[in-house]
Amino acid sequence: MRAGDAGAAAIWDALARVPDPELPFVSVVELGIVRALERVPEAAGAAAAARWRVVVTPTFSGCPATRVIEADIRAALDAVAPGACEVVTRLAPPWSTDAIAPEARRKLAAVGVAPPALRCAAGAPAGAAGGDAPAWRTVPAVACPRCGSARTTEVSHFGSTPCKAQFRCDDCLEPFDHFKPH
Amino acid sequence: MTTTGRCAPATDALVFDYLLRLADSDIVLAQRLGEWVGKGPVLEEDIAQTNVGLDLLGQGRLWLAYAGEVEARIAPRGRDENELAFLRDGSEYRNLLLVEQPNGSYADTLARQFLYDHWHLLALDALTCSRDERIAAIAAKAVKEVRYHVERSSGWIVRLGDGTEQSHERMQRAIDALWMYTGEMFAADATEEALAAAGIAAGVTLLREPWRKAVGGVLADATLALPADGWMQGAHGRGGRQGAHSEHLGHLLAVMQSLPRSMPDARW
Repeated sequence: MRAGDAGAAAIWDALARVPDPELPFVSVVELGIVRALERVPEAAGAAAAARWRVVVTPTFSGCPATRVIEADIRAALDAVAPGACEVVTRLAPPWSTDAIAPEARRKLAAVGVAPPALRCAAGAPAGAAGGDAPAWRTVPAVACPRCGSARTTEVSHFGSTPCKAQFRCDDCLEPFDHFKPH
Repeated sequence: MTTTGRCAPATDALVFDYLLRLADSDIVLAQRLGEWVGKGPVLEEDIAQTNVGLDLLGQGRLWLAYAGEVEARIAPRGRDENELAFLRDGSEYRNLLLVEQPNGSYADTLARQFLYDHWHLLALDALTCSRDERIAAIAAKAVKEVRYHVERSSGWIVRLGDGTEQSHERMQRAIDALWMYTGEMFAADATEEALAAAGIAAGVTLLREPWRKAVGGVLADATLALPADGWMQGAHGRGGRQGAHSEHLGHLLAVMQSLPRSMPDARW
């Protein structure tokens, strides 16, 4: 096998070891940032052209980690299959937290970040406030990742990164991050 | 037009102009929100302003990158996002007059955000159905973020409007003062009429009633009055989208563009 002739499994394996810069315990594959690995049709170019296309999608439009993630993915690909991969960004359909793998959700909860509820399951924005809440309010019901209490309060829609909101548990009183359903 | 994303040159020129309008309102408002960094009234708000600004900046970059690609079809060369953001003068900016208004007090900042967010949500929602696939894709991405912006700014309008006597009075004054910049958001000029007819742009005149309903509902929850429509700045064919700006934009751009202009090709 020539250098750069790695198969799909090896490329996936390399991508699965690229951590998210802000949540280093989960990988860019688990977060759904790497969307697909496609074989580039042979007719598309000369022998030297890329043979694999890695399709990535950004999470939040303005997330400062996007550039770092792209560079990390590029470096991982260059290490496992030099010159064999191109990286393309695809916006549609837009990234959703529904793309986060179940294992990554468990890892988030384990470090005290309440994972996002599935949006598709309800057919509507997760946990739409309901009751007598005004129409523009869709704060989801979030369980405390430390004590499991459902009595929690949103402190701020926004947190330490674009993908998180700040919550407080009304039982154990600990503040915690919530990965926003998006 | 037979396929999406490929238009006649005449349409491409209109699309380029339209993309600048979308991009510039995002970028100018992001810059305004950036002025609050480190000065927010509470830590959570400081972070929230910055996060909203980052979303808008990211969206603005997506629009600008596409604008540069469209420009390459009609000009010898398409400019990249940095050139378009940092090397255009005020008269070449196409943002709404509302977003360039100064931050003022926190009530003024939130009122500006609230009035824009509700328009932004409706406009992006319409653009998710654009016949230009790239515009639809960017809008589908952005609309999810803007829904969050609407919730945050609406929540603050209610908290401050239905708060103390002083916060109520200041919130009402802020809404009243900015009201004359809201008409421009719903006035379509020839560019937007042509693109809306082609199924590419959002038909903004149709957004006015849903916007009034949404904004009016929040204002009612906030015990604030929906202002009466008077003279609407920029709604009569010559406003921000045509490059005729208030004096505030030049100062904003002077700050925003000073580094790339004084040190061309600077790199991190």
